[in-house]
Amino acid sequence: MKPDRIPLVLGLILASITTAGPWLPQWFLFILTLSFATGLVALGLMLLLRAGLVSFGQALYFCAGAYAAGALGRYLKVGDIFVQMALGGAAAAALALILGFLLARSRGIFFGLLSLALSMILYGLLVKSEALGSTDGFNILPSTLFGIRPGAGWVRYLVVVSGGAVALGCAALVHRYLRTPLGRLAPAIKDNEIRVEYMGASARQAIHVMYVIAAALAGVGGGLAATTVGHIDPDMAYWTTSGEFIFITILAGTGSVVAPFIGAFIFGAIHSAAYDLSPNTWQMSLGAALLLLIVFLPDGLWSLFTRRWQRS
Amino acid sequence: MKIVNVAHGSFYALGAYAGASLTGAWLAKGYPPALSYAVLLGAAFLVSFLVAPLIERGLLRFMYARDEVVILLITYALFLILEDVIKLVWGVNPYFVAEPYALMGSLQLAGMAYPIYNFFIVALAAALGIGLAWMLHATRVGKLLVAVIHDTEVSRAMGINVDRYYLVTFTVGALLAAIAGSFTAPTVSVVPGLGVDVIVLSFAVVVIGGLGSLPGAALGALIVGLVRSICVHHAPQLELFVIYFVMALVLAFRPRGLFSLAEPRKI
Repeated sequence: MKPDRIPLVLGLILASITTAGPWLPQWFLFILTLSFATGLVALGLMLLLRAGLVSFGQALYFCAGAYAAGALGRYLKVGDIFVQMALGGAAAAALALILGFLLARSRGIFFGLLSLALSMILYGLLVKSEALGSTDGFNILPSTLFGIRPGAGWVRYLVVVSGGAVALGCAALVHRYLRTPLGRLAPAIKDNEIRVEYMGASARQAIHVMYVIAAALAGVGGGLAATTVGHIDPDMAYWTTSGEFIFITILAGTGSVVAPFIGAFIFGAIHSAAYDLSPNTWQMSLGAALLLLIVFLPDGLWSLFTRRWQRS
Repeated sequence: MKIVNVAHGSFYALGAYAGASLTGAWLAKGYPPALSYAVLLGAAFLVSFLVAPLIERGLLRFMYARDEVVILLITYALFLILEDVIKLVWGVNPYFVAEPYALMGSLQLAGMAYPIYNFFIVALAAALGIGLAWMLHATRVGKLLVAVIHDTEVSRAMGINVDRYYLVTFTVGALLAAIAGSFTAPTVSVVPGLGVDVIVLSFAVVVIGGLGSLPGAALGALIVGLVRSICVHHAPQLELFVIYFVMALVLAFRPRGLFSLAEPRKI
């Protein structure tokens, strides 16, 4: 069997960012941090996609995580990055545990549309809640690290390193999970659910577990995005946000846990470039890119790597 | 056709823009306003017959073998592209064409004035719905179409021109969206982002009713419309919330919608 190189790759990414970070420009660190945040959401979507499920409402947990992190600062005056991410993940996971009873029963298009409806419910509620700033949202406390507020020049660097450490740590855990019996059940569910049931495994339970994990990842991502951007608003739960996450997941492919982060970074780059080059038609560039990817690279960017390896 | 088409909202928006701009040009030239209804209809035909075959022949037909979810993503990409195409063609300024709306006057009913145009829209929608149901269930073309959707390969083996059925169905679907858009255009101001709102709403409608069911879609539209109006009347702040709440509620008890058809399971 091929040695497992994934933990090594994850460690290398973190090490290179930690060492190169102080010399990189601020805007680059910003995009990098957001890539970790959205990459976490895409990682969760990838888990679901392996079982043939596309959630068109992952923004629900992204937004829930961000608002949980925001509420922490607003009501308890806590701005610690790690606490924010942990609380974001915990809040999203708790929510998913409850909603999972509903969602684990539906499949295919209905899974996607039901999750879409749930995220739009959160959007509708947030838009109408004056206490949480309605459509304007509210600002997040400046990030702190173990109670220390870093100097202005170092905030971005410390956020990207700690966010990256958490995100890549999550990726390593997911990588382990994929090798457990429960994790290996996902492709089987996609292939043929009835056979899975005949073998004595519960597809519904497996999907429920997967769904909670995916939500927790999205929540952590939401907390990280909140502390990076410094502001949250209900648009984080709008269905177009979910669409972007799906875009990233398709872009990356389901080949490896590293892929979503690379996908998220490339998406951030395409998004920024498209916005920079043609501010009025960036949606068009994005749509065209998505179309080309689905048509010519159905297994995502990661398939470029694996194809190369197989050939050599 | 087993296509969940996100770009459908774009057809609605295209119809609205074409209807508004063509009718505006028609009236500006001083032609009789009474014929503006025909112009609205013509605009819908024009955009849907222009754009829909292009999308179906040029892209979607290569994708039918792929997963339903993949097709959903493709139409999402198309939606993003069309949104910007609309902005490029018509700009971002709102269009107003109120003449067809004002022309019909209003009706005094129980002491309240109702615009006749609204009744006209309801009648038009009902006529189109009934016509579509009749076509599907009572004509040769409709019955063949049901067969094609149910099993493409057997239909092809029986000598049905499957490709043509796909093309026609997709175009008719687009046409209906464009008609809805162009006839709604006189009652609203046509602005960018029109398609976004309507697509999520109509998804709620078809999901409540059950995908692929005409009576389901009608019932779903009725439920969504009533719930929304009641909500706007009693608790306006919950308007957006309540539609999706109803949708989630329906799916919680009937995971495939109210009028869902039995689904064969593969073993």
